[in-house]
Amino acid sequence: MTLSWKWGGLLLGLVFFAAVLLVKPIGVSTQFVILDGILWDAVNPQIVVEDPAAKHGYASPNPYLNKGGGKYAKNVANPLNYSFVFVIAMMVGAAVSAFLRGGVGRRERTMPEIWRANFGDAPWKRYLAAFAAGFVVIFGARLAGGCTSGHMMSGMMQMAFSGFLFTIAAFVTAIPVAIWLYPAEEV
Amino acid sequence: MSMKIVLALLIGGAFGFALDRAGATNPNLIIHMLRLSRLHLAKVILLAIGVAQVLLFAGLLAGIVDPAHVHIKTANWGVILGGILLGAGFAISGYCPGTSVTAAATGRKDALFFIGGGLLGAFAYMLSYGWVKSTGVLAKIAGGKATIFPIAGTKYPALITAIPGEWAGIAMGLGFIVLAFVLPDCLRCRVRKPAEAAE
Repeated sequence: MTLSWKWGGLLLGLVFFAAVLLVKPIGVSTQFVILDGILWDAVNPQIVVEDPAAKHGYASPNPYLNKGGGKYAKNVANPLNYSFVFVIAMMVGAAVSAFLRGGVGRRERTMPEIWRANFGDAPWKRYLAAFAAGFVVIFGARLAGGCTSGHMMSGMMQMAFSGFLFTIAAFVTAIPVAIWLYPAEEV
Repeated sequence: MSMKIVLALLIGGAFGFALDRAGATNPNLIIHMLRLSRLHLAKVILLAIGVAQVLLFAGLLAGIVDPAHVHIKTANWGVILGGILLGAGFAISGYCPGTSVTAAATGRKDALFFIGGGLLGAFAYMLSYGWVKSTGVLAKIAGGKATIFPIAGTKYPALITAIPGEWAGIAMGLGFIVLAFVLPDCLRCRVRKPAEAAE
């Protein structure tokens, strides 16, 4: 069962606090880059190389992986690092929670009901839209330097100016788009 | 296994569990929040930020939280442009990066497609980063890694220095909690019935 907003918010708030207390603020979207880097390096081992001269000991011909003294390059070379394992653990935690509440129904697995009410039952339409949205969301998150976890939740709780900028930009866009895209409501 | 990896497993696991329990892995609830018809998740988000913020700044004040753990991200035009792009995709799909991976883990197939597109989007950014940087959108604004109010023990600049950040943080956190309580369950409550929209 989904928790009431009070319990859900309290639980999430405690987790965000625990992360800063024990390690560092929560962030997710960078790990899409790290997984890409791991895959890219598997195809072309020259993408991440050891470099004693770099601040983090690794370098890459790709400027993004190489940025900040090879910080991302180092994480690509060592996937068993805090932030990457964190995302894997998130998936395990969510899977356990879903299992304990009886799982996600068959109908819901392909698309949410509000999508069905507005765009019909064809899964391919939903999958195509989800794929395109995924592209835009992660491209945007990397351009912004964070996502709803890192910028909005972690950023605003720390009073980061960037977190407020991001949240305003994201919601000022998302609200009209959602209202325009989903005029019908499911029964 | 290092202590850090154990913490990653514990905090990451708890985060994924909490996201699912709060309903955030459900794109239906995200889209309903954004179209203002069910504000459950907006209330969850506001309460979560508020609770975390009060605990963080009370912890800093009490010396329990190490200020070195505070990590402020840079403000630049990329934050705004990226936020706009993310907002559009967020509304279309009902997923953001963190909820897409957790939703996929709960068995949602559309989340897998989102992740596939996300990996491609991340790759496109990796390839275009040099160009993006050359346009100047990543140049710092408002001092770069700025906070609204100063946080003692950190080197981050503050926009308003007149008030100590710890107390301001606690007040702001309480404000988010109040906001979570006063926000109604819906703002656009059943504005159009399915039958009307189909016409």
